Amino acid sequence: MADDISKERVMHVADLARLHITDEEAEKLAEELRSIIKHAEQLKELDTTNVEPTTHVIQLENVMRKDEPRTDWITQEEALKNAPDHKDGQFRVPSILSE
Amino acid sequence: MNFETIIGLEVHVELKTKSKIFSPSVNAFGDHPNANVNPIDLAYPGTLPVLNEEAVNFAMKAAMALNCEITTNMTFDRKNYFYPDNPKAYQITQDENPIGRNGWIEIEVAGKKKRIGITRIHMEEDAGKLTHGDDGYSYVDFNRAGTPLIEIVSEPDMRTPEEAYAYLEKLKNIIQYTGVSDVKMEEGSLRCDANISLRPIGQEEFGTKAELKNLNSFSFVQKGLEFEEKRQEKVLLSGGVIEQETRRYDEKTKETILMRVKEAADDYRYFPEPDLVSLYVDDAWKERIKSEIPELPDARRERYVKELELSAYDAGVLTSSKEMADFFEAAIAEGADIKQASNWLMGEVSAYMNKHLKELYDLAITPKSLATLIKLIEDGTISSKIAKKVFAEIVEKGGDPEKIVHEKGLVQLSDPVKLQEIINGVLDENEQSIIDFKNGKDRALGFLVGQTMKATKGQANPSMVNKILKEELEKR
Amino acid sequence: MSLFDHSIKELEEKLHNKEISVQDLVKASLDRIKEVDDEIQAFITLDEENAMKQAKELDESSEEKSLFGLPIGLKDNIVTKDLRTTSGSKILENFNDPLYDAEVVEKLKEQKTVTIGKLNMDEFAMGSGTEYSAYKKTKNPWDTDRVPGGSSGGSAAAVAAGELKFALGSDTGGSIRQPAAFCGVVGMKPTYGRVSRFGLVAFASSLDQIGPITRTVEDNARVLEVIAGHDEKDSTSANLEVPVFTDALTKDVAGLKIAVPKEYFGEGVAQEVKDAVRAAIEKYESLGATCEEVSLPHSKYALSTYYILASAEASASLARFDGVRYGVRAENVEDMIDMYKRSRSENFGEEVKRRIMLGTFALSSGYYDAYYKKAQKVRTLIKNDFEQIFEEYDIILGPTAPTTAFKLGEEMDDPVIAYANDVLTIPVNLAGVPAISIPCGFSSEGLPIGLQIIGKHFDEAMVYRAAHAFEQATDFHKQRPDIGGAAK
Repeated sequence: MADDISKERVMHVADLARLHITDEEAEKLAEELRSIIKHAEQLKELDTTNVEPTTHVIQLENVMRKDEPRTDWITQEEALKNAPDHKDGQFRVPSILSE
Repeated sequence: MNFETIIGLEVHVELKTKSKIFSPSVNAFGDHPNANVNPIDLAYPGTLPVLNEEAVNFAMKAAMALNCEITTNMTFDRKNYFYPDNPKAYQITQDENPIGRNGWIEIEVAGKKKRIGITRIHMEEDAGKLTHGDDGYSYVDFNRAGTPLIEIVSEPDMRTPEEAYAYLEKLKNIIQYTGVSDVKMEEGSLRCDANISLRPIGQEEFGTKAELKNLNSFSFVQKGLEFEEKRQEKVLLSGGVIEQETRRYDEKTKETILMRVKEAADDYRYFPEPDLVSLYVDDAWKERIKSEIPELPDARRERYVKELELSAYDAGVLTSSKEMADFFEAAIAEGADIKQASNWLMGEVSAYMNKHLKELYDLAITPKSLATLIKLIEDGTISSKIAKKVFAEIVEKGGDPEKIVHEKGLVQLSDPVKLQEIINGVLDENEQSIIDFKNGKDRALGFLVGQTMKATKGQANPSMVNKILKEELEKR
Repeated sequence: MSLFDHSIKELEEKLHNKEISVQDLVKASLDRIKEVDDEIQAFITLDEENAMKQAKELDESSEEKSLFGLPIGLKDNIVTKDLRTTSGSKILENFNDPLYDAEVVEKLKEQKTVTIGKLNMDEFAMGSGTEYSAYKKTKNPWDTDRVPGGSSGGSAAAVAAGELKFALGSDTGGSIRQPAAFCGVVGMKPTYGRVSRFGLVAFASSLDQIGPITRTVEDNARVLEVIAGHDEKDSTSANLEVPVFTDALTKDVAGLKIAVPKEYFGEGVAQEVKDAVRAAIEKYESLGATCEEVSLPHSKYALSTYYILASAEASASLARFDGVRYGVRAENVEDMIDMYKRSRSENFGEEVKRRIMLGTFALSSGYYDAYYKKAQKVRTLIKNDFEQIFEEYDIILGPTAPTTAFKLGEEMDDPVIAYANDVLTIPVNLAGVPAISIPCGFSSEGLPIGLQIIGKHFDEAMVYRAAHAFEQATDFHKQRPDIGGAAK
């Protein structure tokens, strides 16, 4: 499957990850990913038919909090403090499509 | 060629917990933008989600009320996509192990009952609110980000837009009964997307579906589906192909409009959320939630017909909202006559609510005051005409009808001596009417009753007025 | 002798007896930073003014708390209120007030430690040499032509160079232990769930842990006692009592059963490293422990497993850096997509982008089962390997890193080979067990070599006990790099 990693595939993955990459970078990344994935192909040697996947290495269950609101954490002003752009209490971003 | 319509609905319902699903921010609607947020809601680096227990309870309650099997080992997943209202660029949701599966609800269309399957119900967090300015910018308010949601995915079991409407009504009704959500489409606490496809009758395989979005009321859902049904039929009949696409319903033109063609590029890369641990729902937990579910509308309706001897129609109207049914039962408990209470609620009370666009709990009238009002009519203290006046007062301002009646001197005039006196006064002033009456003009009697009522400011007991008036006319 | 050559315990006594003041300690730190940090380049952000102000205030109070008044540093992926937190990335260059403190910072503040500054690291903790920092290249105090290791390179170098009493690092695949080994200091990665991750900028949530970097095992145990413990804000934090780790230090290692995995002495491991670790094993035997060769058969799969899982998680963890709510947004963006793509591409470094790409690929439709899901299953096998060994043995011993510190710029072009540097530390993160790196020798070039001691889940006490016994029987930890004047 490592061979599936074409330049086009890389461009598509970059798009999913919202990264802008040039043709040249795509070529280079395709090669690097192929090399990493090729190495990862070794996992296929292992029979994992009856093996459960591990998401949490320590088994914990039912960790929940009570439904108690906390109102004293940050103000609206603080919420916007680190924003690159904001106006009238809201975060401002460029529109979806440029006209 | 004849086609069969296949409809499935995806309904999002906001749960009204006090705090958000994964953060302790206040879960409230309508505050200043970004006032109900904290670093977790803003996806500040290093912040982590912690699950709100009540959100799970609420979701479980809804899932049970919709006849779902509850998943014993539940997990959460990350759904990855970039959008400015999605602060982490992934939404925490349940993909692999949703809270509920294999549910159903029963709908009734044109007297025919039908079961609509519910594929799954999963919990997730709501996004913030993105609004598009006319200045080339969009604006984001994260107050809603993290509101607990359940998404209810139906089976493609509906065959007409009318069935879709009935499904939504029923779904809303049931969830409202459980008390876990306001289920108000106008406030966004219930949202609906619809999938619709057509297939030639007899064909098993589904046709390509279109997804309808931006459906802001149940009737728009129905209208949008009706339009879409016709559009697809036209395309298919002319030999065209239905594209898998997302369309929105335009309320002005009453048409569905293409938003975007679904692309293979949609890839949400779901994977298990490492920041949350799994939930094990034992029988005790399930039992506890089950015991908290109130009697649901179908059961209640049936009880009204069987035990209270109401008509199926009346029982249906009264149970159409939990408030109405609760109000009705409380009024009966206060001693109101069943039929009268039903009539008042379905008549005057509903008319008032519709006219003023108000909910039952917005009104000043209480089950007790309605019961008192009904009793005052029954024991002849007031006429039904006066009762309407008293109603107008208690529905707006509240108060005890008995007190109002006495303070305002609205008690019905039933004293025969007094009435006789007043009636004779009226007769004295209307000689011509007496003559007319004697000449067989029945209308004259009506006129004289009216004059008597006027003279008593409507307080005279109408049946007594009739009786005495006839007696006095005989004497003349 | 520097003040920081004294143990935490000794410093606490000196403070108590008013032999020294908190201002003396903070000044010692700041003076040393002035003296050597132009060369070492351990700090991204210094908080000198606040530190001195705080020291003065603390001298006016007379509280007695563990770690009171000690000058410390934090890896720059540990979030600090009012103090810039960059995670080594340009995308957080302007993140001057993160609005809240990490749980570990709250705990340290309660003890009244003095934060001197934020320490350099590979961008978002992705790297083994701290060369992938967007800010600077930190030098190894033992040889400034070499890297300090990574990704907690700033933390390890600052402690090794005597700039701080201790520092915190984070470890996703070896990022505390490997730099500790390279810099000749003590670095502990606690059991997953032992220390709250709330306020640690996530790289891979299922693997990340915060831990202390110190000069001695005893100091390390003292710091972990403070920062460990259950936190309701982190769902994966274990609700367990934190033992008094320093109590375990009084016990010797006689009778302990020690496992030595043969896979940790493979061909990629330098001879000098093998020799030093073999010598350490002999030392343990001389102290009365039994050492036996064992096998962790799935070790060779750990690297691939790790890179798939960690990168997949990172592709989601780092998606929030989008230029909307905080951080840097690219200039003159055309539209929303352009804002995303350019803000991220212009401000993430090459290594971060490479891992995001790998992780996104491993999760993408059609590849998920073959890579991500498969790796999660192999993770189970690797975890089982450890569990089996720990049914019979108390600890596992091996080298921390296959080599000593490499030269700056030497990290190779082929990422697979570069990643191999983590091959001995990664299995520990996958299994979630605790492990420490302590100095166990020097190469012919005078570079420190690290011994890795791995314990059972939540048995840091045993790890500390074994580490302390070795430390007391040797004097590698007393060696100081030849940098600046005063550290001798």
